[in-house]
Amino acid sequence: MKKPDLSVNLAGISLRNPIMTASGTFGYGEEFAGYMDLEKIGAIVTKGLSLRPRAGNPMPRIVETAGGMLNAIGLQNVGIDAFIENKTPFFRSISTPVIVNFFGNSVEEYAKLAARLDAVPEVSGVEINISCPNVKHGGIVFGTDPKAAFSVVRAVRGATGKPVIAKLSPNVTDIVEMALACAEAGADSLSLINTITGMAIDLQKRRPRISNVTGGLSGPAVKPVALRMVWQVYQAVKLPIIGIGGIVTATDALEFMVAGATAVQVGTANFMTPDASQRIAEDMERYLKENGVRDVKEMIGSLRV
Amino acid sequence: MTLNGWTKINMHFKSVVLTNIEISPGYRRVRLTAPRGILEAKPGQFVMLRVRDGVDPLLRRPFCIYDVGTFSPDYPDASRRCYFEILYKVVGKGTSILASLHEKDSVDVLAPLGNGFNPGEEGEEKLLVGGGFGLAPLYFLARRLVEKSPIKVFIGGRRKEDVLCVTEFEQLGIDTYVATDDGTLGSRGLVTEVLEEHLSMEGMSRSVFACGPEPMLRAVAGMCEKYRINCQVSLEATMACGVGACLGCVVKGASHSEDSPDYRCVCKEGPVFDTSQLLCEDQAEGAAS
Ligand SMILES: Cc1cc2nc3c(=O)[nH]c(=O)nc-3n(C[C@H](O)[C@H](O)[C@H](O)COP(=O)(O)OP(=O)(O)OC[C@H]3O[C@@H](n4cnc5c(N)ncnc54)[C@H](O)[C@@H]3O)c2cc1C
Ligand SMILES: Cc1cc2nc3c(=O)[nH]c(=O)nc-3n(C[C@H](O)[C@H](O)[C@H](O)COP(=O)(O)O)c2cc1C
Ligand code: FES
Repeated sequence: MKKPDLSVNLAGISLRNPIMTASGTFGYGEEFAGYMDLEKIGAIVTKGLSLRPRAGNPMPRIVETAGGMLNAIGLQNVGIDAFIENKTPFFRSISTPVIVNFFGNSVEEYAKLAARLDAVPEVSGVEINISCPNVKHGGIVFGTDPKAAFSVVRAVRGATGKPVIAKLSPNVTDIVEMALACAEAGADSLSLINTITGMAIDLQKRRPRISNVTGGLSGPAVKPVALRMVWQVYQAVKLPIIGIGGIVTATDALEFMVAGATAVQVGTANFMTPDASQRIAEDMERYLKENGVRDVKEMIGSLRV
Repeated sequence: MTLNGWTKINMHFKSVVLTNIEISPGYRRVRLTAPRGILEAKPGQFVMLRVRDGVDPLLRRPFCIYDVGTFSPDYPDASRRCYFEILYKVVGKGTSILASLHEKDSVDVLAPLGNGFNPGEEGEEKLLVGGGFGLAPLYFLARRLVEKSPIKVFIGGRRKEDVLCVTEFEQLGIDTYVATDDGTLGSRGLVTEVLEEHLSMEGMSRSVFACGPEPMLRAVAGMCEKYRINCQVSLEATMACGVGACLGCVVKGASHSEDSPDYRCVCKEGPVFDTSQLLCEDQAEGAAS
């Protein structure tokens, strides 16, 4: 059989295969260049970016839990100026599209950052992290309030001509309502899920295991939740979906596609093994070949219920 | 890319256990096969081990390199192969699995990681201070420096069982000073007290290299500041990626403030830091494990 077609089109960004890396788990790509071939994956999503540099939380920031890990990095990042100066030259040396994940403390900040990124040619698209508190409005998290999410996505849409991906938080009662709000505001694509809020305790010390007390759960433990949410959103919204959550193998990735995802992001698995994303892309090709699937797009939303 | 003049190599390999022995109650030393590149590893650099396949444990575990070398496999006409060793304390799931591995079992390795010690001037006196498995990178350092500089090593531990590598250092011909909390070996008290006796004596130009529990490192750093002696410490932090991507392992740099963050990754910019690069804080943080 011929080589199967793994390419997908994600809101105007063409990916050589559906495997992307998840924000915050792959740095700026260059950290992994010595361990894998960055040309073998669909796209790189960079660490969450803000207007000004951000310190992040005190240590300890991470702890392993059953089948996953909790993190409270606190969105530490270099800020847009240092990003443009120090990180973009590397992007010119690779052909894989780079998508920048970013966040703000107000609608205005999101829009300002989107406008700055719009002027950066090395950036193929932007992913809005809406799981952040709105400092101007009592700290309510944008990603848990459909109206706030709508206004953020709308402001970003107005500030950039690049493809806009809205990354949804799973810490909501109704994920579909959030997805609809982002779609209506003009998002080109939805990615889900971000981490699930959790906590871990050291019984002997009676202290939280991470300094922030609560943190975001990721890894294999969250996969069933993520699959369910992708499936629900797929049925309700016509935008391309990026499935994220606990993907470690090509089988995991293909399950997300069957549930409705056009592409997937690999997160925590990059920590397990630095070439995880490349391996998943290669294994996916092998699976399609062995199962006589000519085009990976046939898998999207093919769930039989 | 070069770091302090050393070639930075990124190796990811499957490794086979050659030996895995208990060296003191609760402490073990494992010898693992490696590609030739391991011989380039610098004292103070570390490895990240996946102790078995699958998702439990999920994350790799970091360990300092204790030694590297070559051996002849015991079949005819075999060419020499390379190995590295780590010295580890069994504390939880990952290290218990590691302890249960036998000859020919395999693990998955990222190595060498981090920056390593800056050996400093030849001929100057090197004072090595460590406790527990903190002796691992110091032994590797001593092996590299023993022919070029006079070395003294100060080893601390709670009890006699926690005092590692004394024989190994003595075999290198290095003066060894031991202190235990309960006096079961060496002098009774803190190893830093023994160190201070040496620092307070007028002597040749010298520098300090330390690795061990955080309170020990704080005490050593404070002492070196007092006597104006250059001091490098090898730190620990919880790690996920080991390559500077997750920002899970940071420590505050000297110029850190909320508005102008100066966080350094222990995995990439460390684990060895000159103490002048770090922010001194009263409360325990950053170097905490
Ligand atoms: C750069 C670096 C170098 C290291 N070098 C060595 C070495 O040469 N030899 C050695 O024995 N250990 C070393 N460690 C510590 C070692 O990584 C941990 O002991 C190990 O990860 C524990 O894994 P576990 O699954 O057995 O324990 P877990 O089940 O993960 O935890 C069990 C207990 O160990 C503690 N623990 C977990 N991670 C760490 C950690 N990173 N440091 C200290 N305590 C921890 C936990 O708080 C918990 O109480 C190093 C750590 C770092 C960051
Ligand atoms: C250490 C760490 C840092 C993360 N940082 C970000 C971030 O900056 N922005 C963001 O949108 N998501 C961030 N995430 C969430 C991931 O991108 C992903 O949505 C989540 O981890 C679930 O995928 P996984 O189970 O494959 O890891 C982070 C996750 C981890 C583990
Ligand atoms: S362990 Fe990930 S940045 Fe250091």
